[in-house]
Amino acid sequence: MDEKKVSILVVDDEESVRDSLYNWFIDDGYAVDCAENAKEALLKLEARDFDIILADIKMPGMDGMEMHRRIKALNKEPIFIIMTAFASVDTAVQALKDGAYDYVTKPFDPDDLSHLIRNAASHVTLRAENKSLKDKITTLEDVDDLIGESEGMKKVLSEVESVAQSSSSVIITGESGTGKELIARAIHANSPRKYFPLISVHCGALTESLLESELFGHEKGAFTGATFNRKGRFEMADGGTIFLDEIGTISPKMQIELLRVLETRTFVRVGGNKEITSDFRVICATNRDLKGMVEKGTFREDLYYRLNVVNINIPPLRERVEDIPLLVNHFIRKYCKSMSRDLISVEPAALKHLQEFEFPGNVRELENMIERAIVIGNGKEIRLKDLPMGREVMSSSVESLDELEKKHIISMLDKYKWNISRAAKALDVDRATLYNKIKKYDLKKIN
Amino acid sequence: MISCGHFDNSLMDKIATDLRLFFGFPLDIRECSLDISSFYDPGRRQYDANHILKKVAEVSDPLALKTMGLLRVDLYIPILTYIFGQSELNGKTSIASIHRLRNELYGLDPDNRLLEERFRKVIVHEMGHAFGLIHCLNPTCIMRSSTYVEDLDQKELRFCNKCRSELDKSLENY
Repeated sequence: MDEKKVSILVVDDEESVRDSLYNWFIDDGYAVDCAENAKEALLKLEARDFDIILADIKMPGMDGMEMHRRIKALNKEPIFIIMTAFASVDTAVQALKDGAYDYVTKPFDPDDLSHLIRNAASHVTLRAENKSLKDKITTLEDVDDLIGESEGMKKVLSEVESVAQSSSSVIITGESGTGKELIARAIHANSPRKYFPLISVHCGALTESLLESELFGHEKGAFTGATFNRKGRFEMADGGTIFLDEIGTISPKMQIELLRVLETRTFVRVGGNKEITSDFRVICATNRDLKGMVEKGTFREDLYYRLNVVNINIPPLRERVEDIPLLVNHFIRKYCKSMSRDLISVEPAALKHLQEFEFPGNVRELENMIERAIVIGNGKEIRLKDLPMGREVMSSSVESLDELEKKHIISMLDKYKWNISRAAKALDVDRATLYNKIKKYDLKKIN
Repeated sequence: MISCGHFDNSLMDKIATDLRLFFGFPLDIRECSLDISSFYDPGRRQYDANHILKKVAEVSDPLALKTMGLLRVDLYIPILTYIFGQSELNGKTSIASIHRLRNELYGLDPDNRLLEERFRKVIVHEMGHAFGLIHCLNPTCIMRSSTYVEDLDQKELRFCNKCRSELDKSLENY
């Protein structure tokens, strides 16, 4: 891919100077334009941006210094180089004080001009790279899905803020879909460790042996398939944060190993014998009652206390209904932007139903609903019929499994005109089971 | 090629060979005495290259694809203290001067071989511009920008692969 050419605007009332510099810079591969006075230069700057401006200090009408001030007022930040035929310390100092990049006396030594422009061009490139890196960092810090004005969320956000600066272990609790991982990201992104990685491990998704290899890494040949040495997540999180999701699911053996690592910050790769030290912060999350598990003896008490230095509990969405309109608007903005669509509104009836809904799946469920409604909707507003509850005649109660089973059995029996054998076959159960269910739900054929 | 400085035949032959070899066009050499006295700036004790370039263009053969003027005087353009040569990108006329390439100017012993080599490099470089080539970052490429004679000595009398390929593309248009 071709790199964008650095652009230069030469401003000088002498045609020979403009032409000389134009030819010199064109030969060097820069994109060059010229203006014979400050007024023309400002018009050109309104139309497009230039990376570098090389301007004579003495020009009829507006001088180079005044032009520089006007450019700054336009909120443009080109590299500004002042040229003059009459060197004077006062003007040089003033130009530099006003933010000029450099000050040169005509005529230049060709080598000085080459160096000056090469340095300015490097400065342009570095500035662009710096901006791009800063944008990336801001994106990481901007955990903008954390939306909430409710007291519950304000408390959570204030806890995040206060805990972020320390290196203490944190346990984040909350129902599924409340945004535990987002909170972990927010803590990391606002901590001094933010320039190091945040490594997430979903403990519940891995078997004991896989989790061990995932966390500690393994040496080549440690087990079948281990054809290369592999760094573990603790090692990868060196300097940063490790987020252990679903910590309540780990086995007693892993609990012991984890406790040891947390105490010493050292570990050995699976199949290895070299001790590895890593400096990481631990953030855990669970939707289980860890304290209850400790009381029942299924979770080690010592590990619990080591992890539970700070506990952040995220309230379920039903306990912060006032956040729903904010979240809805946030998700509309997020998905309309990602789908390159115009922003849409929400029908008042739809919003009312959203606020009355229980949301067992919490914010995640609301987000999925909004995304789906934008995809299937009319592109202008989210209507009640675009929401699942709108189609199912909006019920705020959640049906139990038994109720669903009963309804399904009745529909199958009706479909096969109460022929037990055919209905049982369709339901993939034996006749006896179906008879037991009919008896359990006290179902009767209606003639 | 217009010679305005009574250069040795052997040097002219070498230059002609270079230009034929690199650019592949038939070459005509003319000796010419240009009156450039009016382009002399007594304050700078140098000659204005922009005006000389125009003058060379005026006396060049209208049928010539490109014209190269060879000089012995110290050249400047208003914004720079000196130049070795001057050419317009994709333009018809170029000039090059041997004046600043002499070792004696830098307190060193004369070296005719080195002087000729430097001059040939400046000429091929300027002609490269005339065929649309811009400066190259490759330290050994002839299209590398040279502001000191030492820079000229560092580069070779050849185009790098990238510039050669750009030049070939440009030559297809003629």
